[in-house]
Parts: sequence; C-alpha cells; structure tokens
Amino acid sequence: MKRKPNLADPKSLLITGGSLIDGSGNPEPADVLIENGRIAAIEAPGKIARARHAVLGVQGMFVAPGFIDLHVHLREPGQSHKETIASGTTAAAAGGFTMICPMPNTTPVNDSAEITRWMQAPEREAVVQVRPIAAATIGSNGEHLTDYRSLVDAGAIAVTDDGRPILGDEIMRKALRAAAAAGIPVMQHAEDTGMTQGCTMHAGPTSFRLGLRGATSEAEASIVARDIALAAETNAHIHVAHLSTAAALEHVRVARKRGVHVTCEVTPHHLLLTDEEVGDYDTNCKMNPPLRSEADRQAMWEGLRDGAIDCIATDHAPHAAHEKEQEFDRAPFGITGLETALPIALMAAGGDPQLAVRWLSSNPAAVMGWKEAGSLRVGAIADVVVFDADEEWVFKAEESKSKSKNSPFIGKRFRGRVRHTLVDGRLVFSR
Amino acid sequence: MSRGASPHSRSATPRRSIRSASLRKDHFSHSSRSLLDIESLSNRDIDSLLKEACRSSSVSPKDAPLMRRHIALLFYESSTRTRCSFELAAKSLGASTTLVSVTASSIEKGESLIDTGATLAAMGAECIVIRHPSSGAPHVLARHLNVPVINAGDGMHEHPSQALLDCYTILRHRRSFHGLRLLLVGDIFHSRVARSNALLATRLGAHVTFCGPHALLPDVAETLAPGVRVTRDFDAALPEADVIMMLRVQKERLAGLQLSVDEYVRKYQLTSERLALAPANALVMHPGPMVRGMELTSEVADGARSLVLEQVRNGVAVRRAILLRALGGRG
Repeated sequence: MKRKPNLADPKSLLITGGSLIDGSGNPEPADVLIENGRIAAIEAPGKIARARHAVLGVQGMFVAPGFIDLHVHLREPGQSHKETIASGTTAAAAGGFTMICPMPNTTPVNDSAEITRWMQAPEREAVVQVRPIAAATIGSNGEHLTDYRSLVDAGAIAVTDDGRPILGDEIMRKALRAAAAAGIPVMQHAEDTGMTQGCTMHAGPTSFRLGLRGATSEAEASIVARDIALAAETNAHIHVAHLSTAAALEHVRVARKRGVHVTCEVTPHHLLLTDEEVGDYDTNCKMNPPLRSEADRQAMWEGLRDGAIDCIATDHAPHAAHEKEQEFDRAPFGITGLETALPIALMAAGGDPQLAVRWLSSNPAAVMGWKEAGSLRVGAIADVVVFDADEEWVFKAEESKSKSKNSPFIGKRFRGRVRHTLVDGRLVFSR
Repeated sequence: MSRGASPHSRSATPRRSIRSASLRKDHFSHSSRSLLDIESLSNRDIDSLLKEACRSSSVSPKDAPLMRRHIALLFYESSTRTRCSFELAAKSLGASTTLVSVTASSIEKGESLIDTGATLAAMGAECIVIRHPSSGAPHVLARHLNVPVINAGDGMHEHPSQALLDCYTILRHRRSFHGLRLLLVGDIFHSRVARSNALLATRLGAHVTFCGPHALLPDVAETLAPGVRVTRDFDAALPEADVIMMLRVQKERLAGLQLSVDEYVRKYQLTSERLALAPANALVMHPGPMVRGMELTSEVADGARSLVLEQVRNGVAVRRAILLRALGGRG
C-alpha cells in the first residue's frame, strides 16, 4: 500500500484490494486495471497479475466512479483572487471530483463560445475535467438569449443565469425552447429577487432576532412552480439548482409524477445546517439560497433519500477573507464545498457508501444524460475516486486546496475521506 | 472492512448540525468588557451595570476615574442623543473622546470597518463606541480588535445602552421588573430598541407585549424571548400595561409598506383618550426622536406620566456605567 505507483508511466495501473462501487449493484471486492486512460479490466481480487503494472493498494477502501459536481464557481476569468481554474480543480480532486461544471458568473460573464473554450484550454491547468455551464442570456441580463448551439459546440453542457435568475416569463420560455432544441437543460437559481431585496438570510426566528431581513421560502417556490409550468409547455429539461425549501421540493415532486422533465440538486450545507448556524453574524453561513429552517433541512434529507432530489452539488463559491470579514449584509454570498462533500453525503446516506456515490456521481451523470460518466465499466474512461468511508479527519484551512477558506466546516471533524483521485487514468490526487 | 456498508449508524432521524458553537459570543476574549447586545449579558452584568449607574449618577466633577483614557465614537449613522450621551458620559469621567462620523472620514473612501477600527485602536483608542446601519457590525469589530466595543445601535438588531437606560428609568418608578407588564408599540420589525428592551425586560421577569400592524410586526416576533406576545389591538392591550413604550414611526416607511398614515394614527397613536384606558399609574416612554402627531400626541408626550426627558437624563448615568465597565475604572 505504501508503494507509490509509477506516475511517469501511467499506461497501466492496477487498483487492488478495494471494494468496487460501479454505480449499479452492491459494493464487491474487486481489482481494477486501468490502461491508456480507460478501465481495462475488473476482476475478482488477485485475478489480475500484478507484475506488469504499477500497483495502487487500497485495502479497506472503496473504489468508485469519480464524483461529478454540476454546480461550482471557479471564478475565472476575472476573479482569480478568489479561485482559479487550476486551484479550484485541485480542490475538486482533493474532494474526489473528476468532473466539475463551472457557473458562468465570471468577469466577464461566460456567455460566448470563446470564453467557454478559454475555460477548458490546457493553459488553465485544470487537473479534473471542466465542463462549463454557459450564460442563458447575454451578460446574464435576462434580455437576449445567447447562442446555445455554438455554446454546446464549444463544450457547454447547460445554460443558466445563476445568481441572476431568469425572471421574465417570455425569456424563460424562449430559453427552455432553445435549450431543448440544443439538447441541454436550463439550470435555474430559483429566486424571485423582487421578493428578496436586502435579504441576507432565511426569514425566521433567527433573522428576526439578529435584525436581518429574511428571504421567504415562497421566493424560491414560486419560481420553481413557474419554471415547471414552462418546462412542461415547452417539453424542455429544467434543472433546479441548489433546491433548499420544502415548498419548492413539493412542486418538484408533483411535476415528476406528471412526467415533466424536472431534475434538481441539493447542496451539502442545506443537508447539514440550518439558519440558526448564522449564530452571531457568521458570514461563512451566508450563502444564497440561505440556510433554511430545520423542517426544510429534514425535507431535503427525505427528498434525497426517496429520489425526489436527484443529486448533491456543492455550489462551491470561494471568496477572499477580506470580502467575507465584513458586516454581514455587505459580505458576499457563498461558501466553499468541494473538499467536504463526501463526508456530508456519507452522513446523509447513513454511512452507506453506495448511496453517497449515487448522489455524487451516478445521479449527476444521469441528470445530464451522460452514459460514459458516473459508473465504472470495462471500456469506460478511468475517472475514479478511492475513499475511506471510516477515516476520521478534521477539515483544516491550511490543508484546503481552494484558494479561499470561506467554509463553515473549518475545524470540524468528519468521517469519510478521499484518498486517491484519478482522471483519465492518471492519479491527480493522493493522500 | 472488506465490503459492504461501513458501520456508520443508520439512524432514521437525520442528525442535527455537526457544528459546535465556535462563533458564539462568549468566544470573544474581551467579552466581559464589550457591550454587543443584551442577549450576551449575564444577569450579573445587568445587575452590576444598573448598580454602577445608580452610583455614578451622583459622581462629582472632581472624580475622574477615566482620566487620560481615550474613547473613540465611531458613528456610521446620524445620532443626537446617543452620541451626545456617550460623549458627556465619557467626559464626565475624565476620558477624552474622538468622534469619527461617516461624512468626515476615510469610510467614504472605501475603508473596511475592521481597518477603520484597527486604525482607531492604533492611535490609542482604548474603547470603541459604534453606531452602524448594519446589524452585527459591532460583532465584526469585536471579533477582530482587542479593545472593548460598545454597541450604540446596530441596524435593526439591538441598542443595548438604550434598553439599560430604559430599564434604569423604570426602576426609579417601580420596585422591580418581576411581573411588570411592558407594552411596546409601533414599528417593532425595524426597531433595535424594541429588541433590546424586550430581551432585557423579559430577562428581569417582565411580560412584554408587542403591538402594531402586521407589516411592522411579524408574528415571528413572539419567538424573540419567552414571555413575549404579539397583539394588533392597542386599545385592548392598554388596560394591561404598566409601562407603555412608544416607538418612532417613519412616514416614508409606512408608504413603502403601503400603510396609510391615517389608519396608523387611528389605530396606534397614543392619545390622552387612549392613555385613559391604561391603569392610572401607567408610565409613558419613548426612546426618541419623537414625531409628535404620529406615534403620540404632544399632550401625552409632555404629560405628567411621560418619562421622555428623564430617559434622556438617565442615559448619561447608564453610559457612564457602561464605559467604566469597558475600561475597568471601577468594580
């Protein structure tokens, strides 16, 4: 196990001694052989001869398809003091993610094929796969659609105006139509911003006590309901980003039963924390959507377990220390999340690693309709994560790979830790 | 472990937050000298502050326990009585003061709150009194500076020195808060005075009733503290009130909430006729500034039961106690 695989020659690597979660059945002990960036063989333990391969011993650990995050902010271009594509993807690798989808709220907004390509260029030195989500409207101004076909050709996998939700009914209808024609979903940060002016947290006893203006659940639920109606009308795929309220989840449940193509994600922090955590104006508990009530949190938990919520996405949103160390209402929204997603998913899964992998890998792949990703099969691209579901560890700011340390989980003890991450068969992270 | 699920507990009920209370207020190293909010004061703190205020109300001009001490007044919002009151309190104890206000400073040039505070501390301020439009601004300062921070009103959050002076004033007329019925009327939602007073009064054993229209008083206000209730009916609440505390109404705020001034005045203005519904010895208070003809009539404001000017007077004594506690001048 201590023997380091030969990274200079990654042509073949044997992962041995672990339990395989392939995205379908129960975990089984198996050895996995990777050759030329693809899964070459999956066999019972000991069946593949070790001699010709570099060997990665992973006794007691789980070997799973790499995690996929449909919602991250990599801050490039334009805000590289918070994060770069290089630093963000390094944090992703440390969290077991092999594919991440950066949001378009960069500077300038990613509303063009040029920026979409720029984000994926080798010069960005990404260590995991980057699949940009482009702006749904030019400048994310909610007025004119971007060119979805050229964005898709450039590698965009969805469109959104994340953070500046598409509020106009007609422009949303047009976006859904165009996205359906281009074969991609529209992702929506569901917030009626007319109802949330000046709001910095969830409306409830804590916001009243702290004298902060609170955003209600209705501001989220009303947009989800509207989007579902329009998606049904246009036969399009609407993906609700970071769903956070029981009220919005109810709309999703009903729509799914009716056969509307609606999918949704939940963040680790909405699974774990409530608005009470804002405590004494902790800006690391300020994000949008805000931490909600305990009842909402329970609903997220149930929705994930019963399948009404498809997957976990981190909404990794790095901000520099000087930006967060401000008055609560002046501090920007968002927290980092890539490096702490696995243990929180395991917690939500009651310790069941198979379930955690489903939420972090198989299901996000299914949301996007990706056949290649989210499972480990012979012939598939070798995007692999190896994790120890029982290792206890403390998340330390100085060990975080993200350029920013704005996490409410700094100093917190977790169970379950990523040990190795492979992208295209290459070991990009190991601890 | 070779295969299958790891031995985590598969409890049916999800676990509550794994976060410990790492950023709670008792975390501040100098919390015993700062005054950030009523919530974080212990009963002992409250008791000793009130006693000190009583003592210091008879302080002689020669007694200058804070001689050569330096206090900064950092005001991001306009203020007449609170600023003057802290300034007079500081000077009467022998301390010197520096006033930094938003229109005459680097604040307008984009300096951060923490940098402004650190600059004042570096220049020798041993205590910072801050008024700020953002709820929680004093907490930010206290987390990052090593000098005591006094909250002179933060956004919609708290105004602890006001609540302490109100409490002190009430205790000059009533023996105790135990069982006392305090009625707070008006714009509760936006009021830091309402929050601080309700927290302090209930802590001391009083019953607090908030009264106002929905738009200015959400139902959730009842969760502020045990012993707080909400009513919309001023006339029905008055016979049950030992102390009536009126809050300022801003006309522009009513317009924003699409409330008519006429209707507000009709339902919530304290008039002589209304005051007659209250017990004969009920006290009338107002933290100021008052808008005569809005929340109360001049007759009531200047009437025999009004403590408005006494509140202002007592403010200096209470703030002396707060500054003495902050700078360790005594006890």
